[in-house]
Amino acid sequence: MITVNNLVKVFGHLEVLRGISCHIEAKEVVVIIGPSGSGKSTFLRCLNQLEKATSGEIIIDGINVTDPRTDINAVRQEVGMVFQRFNLFPHMTALQNVALAPMKVRKQPRREAEKLAMDLLERVGLQDKIHQYPEKLSGGQQQRVAIARSLAMRPKVMLFDEPTSALDPEMVGEVLEVIKSLAKEGMTMVVVSHEMGFAREVGDRVIFMDEGLIVEEGDPEQLYTNPRHQRTRLFLSKIL
Amino acid sequence: MDFRFEVIMRYLPLLLQGMKLTFQLTITAVAIGTIIGLFVSLCRIASFKPAAWMAKGYVDFFRGTPLLVQIFLIHYGFPQLFGMNAFPAYLSGIIALSLNSGAYIAEIFRAGIQSIHRGQMEAARSLGMNYAQAMFYIILPQAFKRCIPPLGNEFIAMLKDSSLVSVIALQELMMSGRIMQGRSYRPFETWVTVAMLYLVMTLTISQFVSYLERVFGKDDHGE
Repeated sequence: MITVNNLVKVFGHLEVLRGISCHIEAKEVVVIIGPSGSGKSTFLRCLNQLEKATSGEIIIDGINVTDPRTDINAVRQEVGMVFQRFNLFPHMTALQNVALAPMKVRKQPRREAEKLAMDLLERVGLQDKIHQYPEKLSGGQQQRVAIARSLAMRPKVMLFDEPTSALDPEMVGEVLEVIKSLAKEGMTMVVVSHEMGFAREVGDRVIFMDEGLIVEEGDPEQLYTNPRHQRTRLFLSKIL
Repeated sequence: MDFRFEVIMRYLPLLLQGMKLTFQLTITAVAIGTIIGLFVSLCRIASFKPAAWMAKGYVDFFRGTPLLVQIFLIHYGFPQLFGMNAFPAYLSGIIALSLNSGAYIAEIFRAGIQSIHRGQMEAARSLGMNYAQAMFYIILPQAFKRCIPPLGNEFIAMLKDSSLVSVIALQELMMSGRIMQGRSYRPFETWVTVAMLYLVMTLTISQFVSYLERVFGKDDHGE
């Protein structure tokens, strides 16, 4: 589903990604971990070209997204993204947040888009919040609306950029539940997250990044319990 | 004390006539200025550099030179350069005030747009919206709300600055005051009345702006 070849991203003089290559199968759930500044968020943001790659190649579902001739808006419709800070549209209700893109981008009739939005909000357990504005929702509820908003475009891939790290501890669970249910339905997902329980339960593979490179990757169980590299061991000893 | 109220009453119709023109000029200039300002602010933040430079040049010129100079340039300068008749004073006045107002309003919109968190644009784009859709549905509605108070200030400033078009013989409130003073030889009664009439207009505008703030602020959700 996703193939990355020698991806490099440079900000000014800072080489944030120094040559990333990996392949992610359809229906695979990949969890990326690594210290802050390791480039994991930048890597994720390159996948849907919120950050333009400096060099290298990213192919998603057969489309080369790094090719300047590619219609990036069309690609982004297939690649959902959930942010650490939710980024809901504060001037719109939960329902409007979810229904907007299907209406404006997919040109679905309003009634159809709102029906879809209601179904999705129900699926994330917010059927009684559809007419609330984001400021009236808790962090966990906002993040669930944000997930529903992404799903409304019926993406083939979902990217999660630290989806639970801005949440109060008691709300982490409700958001992870939603992400887990997506994983079980076979959504292809790339998740930047330090939630080890989550990675072990639904992750097919964990990638450890440091200083702009993939240091190590493997089965979650093996990587967490028996990391091969010194740097992975050092990092895990700090977060566990 | 030498104050004659009947002088005011005699010239009030003349002043009200001028007041009407002042109000018309201001409303028209701010309306056109808002359209110019929106367009120019979008150019200023565009990634297409020539558009951004031209927009900056426009803003720099109209904010950095006196409105009085701009009025003379438009009413007398350009007709001479192109060898044609001057525009009617009303038209020159509208053009000068609109262009001047557009420059200030462009900066108001730019600040408003740039005050919206970057994550809003990213969220919109990651849903597949193009730049224009993200601007129109997500950024501008939020930015516009934040622009209401400074737009109100600009409206009031423009109302007062419109007095400058009296130099091209437009008979707005300022010019009407000069006519009244010339005929009546009563400068105190004249200018105190003119001042009051300006005050009535500016206070009305600020009431209107706080009303707008309440209406739009009522559903001011989030930051």
